[in-house]
Amino acid sequence: MAILLVLFIPRAASDPSFFVQILVYGLANGAIYALIALGYTMVYGIIELINFAHGDVFTLGAFVSLPLIGAFGLTEGQSASLGLYAALLVIAIIVMLILGGVNVLIERIAYRPLRHAPRLAPLITAVGMSFILEGAMYIWRGANNIHYPDFLPAGRISLGGSASIGYKDLIVIALAVVFVVVLTTFINRSKLGKAMRATAQDQDAAQLMGIDINRTIAATFFIGAILAGAGGIIFGLYFNTVRFDLGFQAGLFAFTAAVFGGIGNIQGAAIGGLFIGLVKAYSDGYFTSQLTDVWIFSILILVLVFRPTGLLGMRVPEK
Amino acid sequence: MALLEIDAVDTYYGRVHALQGVSLSIEEGEIVTLIGSNGAGKTTTLRTISGLTPASRGQVRLRGRDITHLPAAQIVGLGIGHVPEGRRIFHRMSVRDNLVLGAYRRKDREGIRRDQEHVLTLFPRVRQRLHQIGGTLSGGEQQMLAIARGLMSKPKVLLLDEPSLGLAPILVDQIFDIIRDINREGTTILLIEQNATKALTVSNRGYVLETGRIVKQGPTKMLLESPDVQRAYLGI
Repeated sequence: MAILLVLFIPRAASDPSFFVQILVYGLANGAIYALIALGYTMVYGIIELINFAHGDVFTLGAFVSLPLIGAFGLTEGQSASLGLYAALLVIAIIVMLILGGVNVLIERIAYRPLRHAPRLAPLITAVGMSFILEGAMYIWRGANNIHYPDFLPAGRISLGGSASIGYKDLIVIALAVVFVVVLTTFINRSKLGKAMRATAQDQDAAQLMGIDINRTIAATFFIGAILAGAGGIIFGLYFNTVRFDLGFQAGLFAFTAAVFGGIGNIQGAAIGGLFIGLVKAYSDGYFTSQLTDVWIFSILILVLVFRPTGLLGMRVPEK
Repeated sequence: MALLEIDAVDTYYGRVHALQGVSLSIEEGEIVTLIGSNGAGKTTTLRTISGLTPASRGQVRLRGRDITHLPAAQIVGLGIGHVPEGRRIFHRMSVRDNLVLGAYRRKDREGIRRDQEHVLTLFPRVRQRLHQIGGTLSGGEQQMLAIARGLMSKPKVLLLDEPSLGLAPILVDQIFDIIRDINREGTTILLIEQNATKALTVSNRGYVLETGRIVKQGPTKMLLESPDVQRAYLGI
């Protein structure tokens, strides 16, 4: 690590605008990982399941939005207008609702029957669910990259030197921030949010308060899918290409982000997402993208070995 | 009609046949104590009533209504509060959120506010800690919070599982005083206690549970004077 930094700092200093450019790219990328990581961390927080299918729910968000874009008659290159963005918003809401339903269904048929089984059983089921979703998307749209229409404005704002930030980057980062803030407020303040935290901490005690834990867990999957679905659409709009197995790598990166931030912790997942996005961007930019996976999964292993509770892991004493 | 009746209940806890034909009944306004050694089935009895470990045979009735197989979350709403063994407060939530969750089933905002105020008067220590995180409270404070939280559902019957376990003697006395106060305000209480002498002293009646069966029951005076009970549970 130290050697890497020694190699990295002089190169960053020699070309600051390149450094800033990569920062922008990393933050936008990280914002998307953050949206996925939130769903991982919420589900883990409440039923201690690493929901490996979550990354594929993210991909499904992009896939389901494509026919809707067609159905709404939106075409690439049409001038940016209020109507266009209103339509995109409606599409996003429909996609989020559909995905929420799908994820609740997944929980109901694949995970709930195994809730009292040994931990390994639901974990393996989650891997299986991931394959099923990827398989379904493969059959639906094939193995190739699919073009995702570009609707976001193309302008850029100069950041000095040759660095600049695109409106696209700003929109993606802003959307992620909005989602994280809304979600955090919801979890901390709302009745359902409190029920979710109570269920996460002690299911028996939660039931004794009158909390229907099945409904609360289903609500968690619903919200997780909303975020993943939004992430999928944002990914499509930002990168303009999607593929059936997108969620595999993105899901693992987001999982790493959730672990890095402290699994079960909402803010941790958001910070972890940004961090992983930055690591990926700097690795791609300064070294080689072939090594990016190595860096990121090394981080996963290091965190698991030396600080399993992550950056913001739970530190409240339990008496 | 008794407020709460348990009628020939069999309950399995995992593979253990924890309750074998247990029957007991509690009248409105009583304090009833369940004594017995570890593993006799005291906690299982409470879990059977509150629906956490439903009975496989027999019936649990609240004012004559069969609640045996209702989900636990619904039973709270009918007026059975359960303060579980080991307090089980929400460690990572604020004391206030713990209380708010206690009233989860209720919709009467005004009543909830009044009850919270009342509960905080009963437990001034909890009021002092209102904005702290639950896990930072001392054992005694956590126990008080657990009882306070249990009262927030406005129960007709409150099930208390070892409320004095692990507390300093002065706190034990306080807890028993509060149990009496709560009862005087109209809440019926079913109590489990290691500290059998103390528990029987505040109670009207008691049941003795031995390996899943009720072996003795009666007014507390009778149990306190029974040689069997004295030898086995009162350490006399």
